[in-house]
Formats: sequence, C-alpha cells, structure tokens
Amino acid sequence: MTVTITWFLLLAAALFSIGVAGVLIRRNALVMFMSIELMLNSINLTFVAVSKELGLIEGQVAALFVMVVAAAEVTIGLAIIVAVFRTRSSADVDRLAEMKG
Amino acid sequence: MAETVVFIIFAAVALVGAVSIIMAKNTVYSAMGLLATMFSIAVLYVVLDAHFVAAVQVIIYAGAVMTLFLFVIMLVGVDKPEAYGAQIPAQRIMTIVVAIGFFAAIALAGQAAWVTGSDAFGTPNLNGTAEAVADEIFGTWVVVFLSTVMLLTIAALGTIALAYFQDVPAEEVAE
Repeated sequence: MTVTITWFLLLAAALFSIGVAGVLIRRNALVMFMSIELMLNSINLTFVAVSKELGLIEGQVAALFVMVVAAAEVTIGLAIIVAVFRTRSSADVDRLAEMKG
Repeated sequence: MAETVVFIIFAAVALVGAVSIIMAKNTVYSAMGLLATMFSIAVLYVVLDAHFVAAVQVIIYAGAVMTLFLFVIMLVGVDKPEAYGAQIPAQRIMTIVVAIGFFAAIALAGQAAWVTGSDAFGTPNLNGTAEAVADEIFGTWVVVFLSTVMLLTIAALGTIALAYFQDVPAEEVAE
C-alpha cells in the first residue's frame, strides 16, 4: 500500500471542508480567521501534491506566493480585529450589526 | 511503507487539529489545534519532496503567524465565553451537512477531472530545494515576486494606519 496523490487531495479537501464549517459555525472573529488560515493551508497542500505528481516546480512556487498573501492577510485581519475590539470590547461578529438594513 | 505510516500519522494529527480549531471553546486551544495542523502539513510537504516549502511553512506559519495569533488572543482576552444564543436555529446541523456535502462535491469533481492516470506517484527528478525554487521565482516569476514585495509593504502601511489613525473616540461608538 503506497501513498498516492489521491490521499493528499482527499486530506486537503477534508481540511478545506472543516475550514468552511468553522467559518459557518463559529461567531468569534479570531476562530473564523483561523479557519480561513486552515483553508489556505489545505490549498497549499493541494498545490504541492499536484506539483509532485506532475513533476513541475511551479506548484511549490504558487504555494509560496499563497503563503505571502496569507501573511499579509493575517497582518491586516488581526489589526482590524484589534481595532474593532478596542472600540467595542468584543470579537463577536454578530455584534457588528450597525450596517444591517 | 515508511511514507504510508508517516502519512497516516500526520494526516490524523492534521484532521484532529483542524476539528479542535472549530470545536474548542477556548480560543487558545483553537490556536494549538491550528499549530498542530500546520506542523503536520509541513511534515507532509517533506513527504512530497518540497523541502524548502516545508521549512517556510514552519518558519512563517508555525512561527510568525501563530505567534501573532496568540499575541492577539492575549490582547483580546481568552476568558470571554462565546455567545451561542443568537444563532440561526439548527445552524450546527446545517453547517455539518454543508461541510460534508462540500467534501463530497470536491471529491467527486476531483475524481471526474483528474484524468492523468499515472500510477507511479511523482517523478523522481523533482526536488524542491531552495535552489530549485529560487531559480523559478527569480527567473520566470520575478514580476510576481516584486508585486508580493509591494503587497507586503502596503499591508504593513495598512496595519500602521489601522493602529494609529483612529479619529473616532471610543465613547461615541460604544453601545
């Protein structure tokens, strides 16, 4: 029994689905943010697995660029969470309902 | 055989960590689950011969990003219980159904689209060393690399703007 690419792709799909569930089920902005990071990681796993399967290094380059974008996103996202927390003393997304029509 | 054992162990750790992110009541435990998942994914990168990406994964995600997360958890406060009251009825069950359906859809679509059908996994000459990756980044993708430099600079500027230029006093916004 050897590891094939299908195992990696199924693992990545499972991690992505868990991330989707996390964004839908939780109301804490930090945990939702961690779920988004989980989804980005699963996409990176897909990129690297396909890179190995096809023998192309471009998949790993794409994974590195995704990591850079994720790092920038974490910086801005956490800054927004801290800024919201400073004015409202809460990281609960349901309380941010001022723009509700 | 060793590959199979490593894959099974670390795939299990990754899945347990991922579930603990969304199930843990305490945000710190969520962060620990994310840390376990990121380390396991780094090990799986090594299995896939992506050594440089594995090193970057450990340094950036398990190092920098997780430190930032734990720092913000410390700022925001770890002991605030989450309000589960204001959710849509049956949100948990609906979410589980959506997640399982999403997984099934990805698996089916992947099965339909993945038609290369090579049975030997991977090509032996692919080795994701720093040199191989750098050749590609600074050769073919150098413009993309330079735009990520701009992106990171803009992200740093945006963070500074969010931290310093808050002209609305806290008393006016607070409910």
